[in-house]
Amino acid sequence: MIRLEKLTKIFDTPNGQIVAARDVDMEVPEGEICVLLGPSGCGKTTALKMINRLIAPTSGKIFINDEDTSTLNDVELRRNIGYVIQQIGLFPNMTIEENICVVPKLLGWDNKKAKARASELLDLVGLDPSLFLKRYPKELSGGQQQRVGVIRALAADPPVMLMDEPFGAIDPINREVIQDEFLKMQAEIKKTIMFVSHDIDEAVKMADKIAIFKEGVIEQYDSPDNVLAHPSNAFVADFVGADRTLKRLRLVTVEEITDQDAPAVSRHSKAKDALTALNDSAATVAVMIDGDHHPVGYVSAEMLKGASGLVQDLARPLPAVVPHHADLRAVVSEMFANDVMWLASVDDSGRYTGVVTQPAVTAALGETYRRASAKAER
Amino acid sequence: MANSSASAPSLRILPWLMLAIGILIGFSGLIDQMITYWEDIVYLTKQHVVLVLASGLAAIAVGVPVGIWLSRPSMAGVAETVMQVFNIGTTIPTLAVIALSMTLLGIGFTPAFFGLFVASLLPIVRNTYAGLLAVPGHLKEAAHGMGMRPMQILFRVELPNALFVIFSGIRTALAINVGTTPLAFLIGGGGLGELIFTGIDLMDTGMLLAGAIPTAALAVLVDFLIGQAQLWLIPKGVNPLR
Repeated sequence: MIRLEKLTKIFDTPNGQIVAARDVDMEVPEGEICVLLGPSGCGKTTALKMINRLIAPTSGKIFINDEDTSTLNDVELRRNIGYVIQQIGLFPNMTIEENICVVPKLLGWDNKKAKARASELLDLVGLDPSLFLKRYPKELSGGQQQRVGVIRALAADPPVMLMDEPFGAIDPINREVIQDEFLKMQAEIKKTIMFVSHDIDEAVKMADKIAIFKEGVIEQYDSPDNVLAHPSNAFVADFVGADRTLKRLRLVTVEEITDQDAPAVSRHSKAKDALTALNDSAATVAVMIDGDHHPVGYVSAEMLKGASGLVQDLARPLPAVVPHHADLRAVVSEMFANDVMWLASVDDSGRYTGVVTQPAVTAALGETYRRASAKAER
Repeated sequence: MANSSASAPSLRILPWLMLAIGILIGFSGLIDQMITYWEDIVYLTKQHVVLVLASGLAAIAVGVPVGIWLSRPSMAGVAETVMQVFNIGTTIPTLAVIALSMTLLGIGFTPAFFGLFVASLLPIVRNTYAGLLAVPGHLKEAAHGMGMRPMQILFRVELPNALFVIFSGIRTALAINVGTTPLAFLIGGGGLGELIFTGIDLMDTGMLLAGAIPTAALAVLVDFLIGQAQLWLIPKGVNPLR
């Protein structure tokens, strides 16, 4: 857990005082990622660097796991906080192994333990230790270096991590991949993380909570969905963008809005039986599944009416299916691409799980507004 | 830095050329004449090597720490001014440095040592300073953020990453040093210059070559040794030669 209390930083410059952070109050609960977001010069990086005291606070307090950090000396404090920077900062004179072992060695771990930890961490990010331990940073690609940068910060297993635009220097495609990997890793290691970003999409993807900064002051500190759906003021609304509702599509997965009761009929069922099943439900179409429960086509009431024979002779192919853990952006994208109002969803092994409809997507996004207006009326 | 890399190649080619010419002349019968000076060659080479080693090592022992000291953030205000003084100092011809040294310290080993020391000091200080300043800020920030102490940052991050540039400075300095040491004879410092200058005065080519060829060989040897040190002592990750 990280807690900031009335944290303030005033820089004295020849042109007068500059307030980089004013009375910043916030708490990042154990195991969550908090993204500090804002335009450049808004004080987000200053706020981050005050936590490991690369910048000394003018006033205010910082607590890590309820311990007041002002009682610790700089070096002790920093060795217990993982730190990742945009430029990665791997030491070019050291091998990957030596780089990862820097903090463990500073903390006095013995050689064997530190080396074992380095191998373990490389494994964690999918880099083969036997290949990479003895390499130098210049022999790695940008993406590989960034992965090493992240695991180096994790080497001594610190409870808290600070990440200053850690994926900012990576090309967009690799960035997505590394973000996904990182989230997967975070699900296991559950560190308390402060993360600076200027990219709203990254923030929405990574954050449990977002703090939006402007001129050293927190404008809003809330969940990504609330920041997007209910920006607290014009600055926040402007910063998260006019398409903020579309960004919320990322926050909901197919699973959450799948209609699992949508009728499914087997290939070999009779048209008449399928029509009965369809009429019994509220749906207008039924998905046809094969013996392995994979969706293979669909039939509508119109197609079945008055027809005889088997469903498989009448069905039309499905335009597309979506995996159940995909976010709604992928769903909407598929719907638009295929000009359809609904899609079948499948689980990891391709088995049919239900149907996602456009009204369900709209309802999912609109729910928060209905709740808010209901609250207002009350 | 620009200065040192510009002057270094020509200084390195020179001894090779001299060696080649020496060998050519050697075949023309002069080699027998040179052999007659063998005892002198051995004695003076020892003197020469002592001068080079003493002044070179002293220059490294002083120049590297001074370069480090100037590169510290607390020196940021004055370091550039000091470096300007050093740069102006570099423009003084080494013969003039030797002469000035004699006016201060008289004749003998001490003024020769001092003159050579001063002439070798400049490239070392300049390259150490420039090399350390060129270490990217984000490496220092990462090191700070990971909880290294200032001395740990200096020895584990800054110096290793500046080592190649520092070595280039030492290489240039010693090339200058070996090439300048014959001048030590002029102020009574001894060394192979004794054979060279006496040979010139007496128009005795054999004697001249008896001094010139070992000087050239020594320069090649020193350059080779430092080149090897540069190759093997600098960590692979920051060594453009590996």
